[in-house]
Amino acid sequence: MNKIAYEIKSGKKLVSDGAWGTFLQKMGMGPGECPELWNIEKPGQVYKIAKSYIDAGADMIETNSFGGSFYKLANYGLQHRVVEINRAAAEISRRAAGKEKHVLGSVGPTGKMLIMGDVTEEDLYNAFKEQAIALYQGGADAIVIETMSDLDEARIAVKAARENTAAEIICTMTFEKTVNGEYRSMMGVSPTDMVNIIIDAGADIIGANCGNGIEGMIDIVKEIRKNNADIPVLIHANAGLPVYQDGQTIFPETPVQMASFVGKLLDAGANVIGGCCGTTPLHITKIAETIKNHTR
Amino acid sequence: MEQLLGKIAHCVEFGKINLAAPYPPDMKGQEGADELTKKALEQGVSAEDVLKKALVLGMERVGIKFRENKVYVPQVLMSAKAMHTAMEHLKPYFQSGSVKRKGIFVIGTVAGDLHDIGKNLVSMMVEGNGWQVVDLGTDVKTEKFLEAAKAHPGCTLGLSALLTTTMGNMEKTVKDLKEQLPDLKILIGGAPVNDSFRQKIGADFYSPDPQGAVEFLNKLSA
Repeated sequence: MNKIAYEIKSGKKLVSDGAWGTFLQKMGMGPGECPELWNIEKPGQVYKIAKSYIDAGADMIETNSFGGSFYKLANYGLQHRVVEINRAAAEISRRAAGKEKHVLGSVGPTGKMLIMGDVTEEDLYNAFKEQAIALYQGGADAIVIETMSDLDEARIAVKAARENTAAEIICTMTFEKTVNGEYRSMMGVSPTDMVNIIIDAGADIIGANCGNGIEGMIDIVKEIRKNNADIPVLIHANAGLPVYQDGQTIFPETPVQMASFVGKLLDAGANVIGGCCGTTPLHITKIAETIKNHTR
Repeated sequence: MEQLLGKIAHCVEFGKINLAAPYPPDMKGQEGADELTKKALEQGVSAEDVLKKALVLGMERVGIKFRENKVYVPQVLMSAKAMHTAMEHLKPYFQSGSVKRKGIFVIGTVAGDLHDIGKNLVSMMVEGNGWQVVDLGTDVKTEKFLEAAKAHPGCTLGLSALLTTTMGNMEKTVKDLKEQLPDLKILIGGAPVNDSFRQKIGADFYSPDPQGAVEFLNKLSA
């Protein structure tokens, strides 16, 4: 299997997968349940998600391990099972992906704040190291550090994955539009702030996920491209912003609506496009079709 | 005295905790909220003036800047740290009753949701505005909110949710609480929440930012 960055550099535009969290919820995961524990207790259901994205035409799929770090699992008293849970996550996705497709081991934020002294840099490094190694050993050929809002935490996670595995490293942060029309993370980090620091820390691919709809991602990609013309860029966009209807939350963008922005996103310089919250295999199928037919 | 209070307000606004704190870099080596508050009280400035003319003012300024996206979460957290450090010196005055708080605000993240950053920000801003805050933590069941609301008659309640899946729990909590305590004012917040959701579930107020919550509380108590 070639590296993702190699495929991108040879001119390919790639398709990533869609939502996991909202998919698990649709399968009956209740609020307050630990999503990652499903890797152990309901691996068949998790496999269904992974396989549905492969069948939809994704070139790469994630793992069900977003909250699989020591600190997140500690919320459920599962912090001693980091290795078991993350390995299982990667094994399930690898089984669905076969040998040809990529498996991106998902690593989310710890929820701990360096600036408040909740944890030290070393604590974070060790937590990310433990999770990344387990994902890699379970069969992930890339690690995707995602939904980051603190640049220090993102940098430490990239470094930990880079220094302790041979996986490709992807890092995406979550940006929202400010009242001034700029894009910033919750911690105030702009796409421009992110670029050099994350690449220097060892990321092969950078980008953005979650936060807003796919339309806003166009400006984010443009801003990244202004700072770096060559680094591969990956986008995982939500199916719009959540709307509450009859006791349920709905992400309103249809596959066709989302796909209508794919061309502009590619023209802005994105190399890999997939979905985040609210996207389904149908969204990915439509995005994959659009990417395939896209000509500049 | 006014100058000293102005300095404390400045320390809170910019998150200067104490002399040793390296943040913000342009105030390195200067006294912070800690030392200046101590000094003010020793010089006979009333605790009430320290609260109202320094801490509340500094927190209000940072709250407004946060709403306008001129500062972000880290700056607010540092301001809150500076405010808390100063507040420690005021504790005896609260306990003796020589300074009164504006009222009681009970806050928590709804059942099923473990996220606390947004809740903590609101909690800090409200406390820094002179309210007593009872923080119930995360994953708070309706019964616990009810218990706290009964234990603190006249309090106002704040509910937080980050996950779209726990918005349903927020709705349930609001409905159950309103049924039992129709006069209880409830305000809600969180990334997926908005004002049309608030109307649907029957809560009293929604704010996209902590300062809005502070302003709503002050209007209620006015």
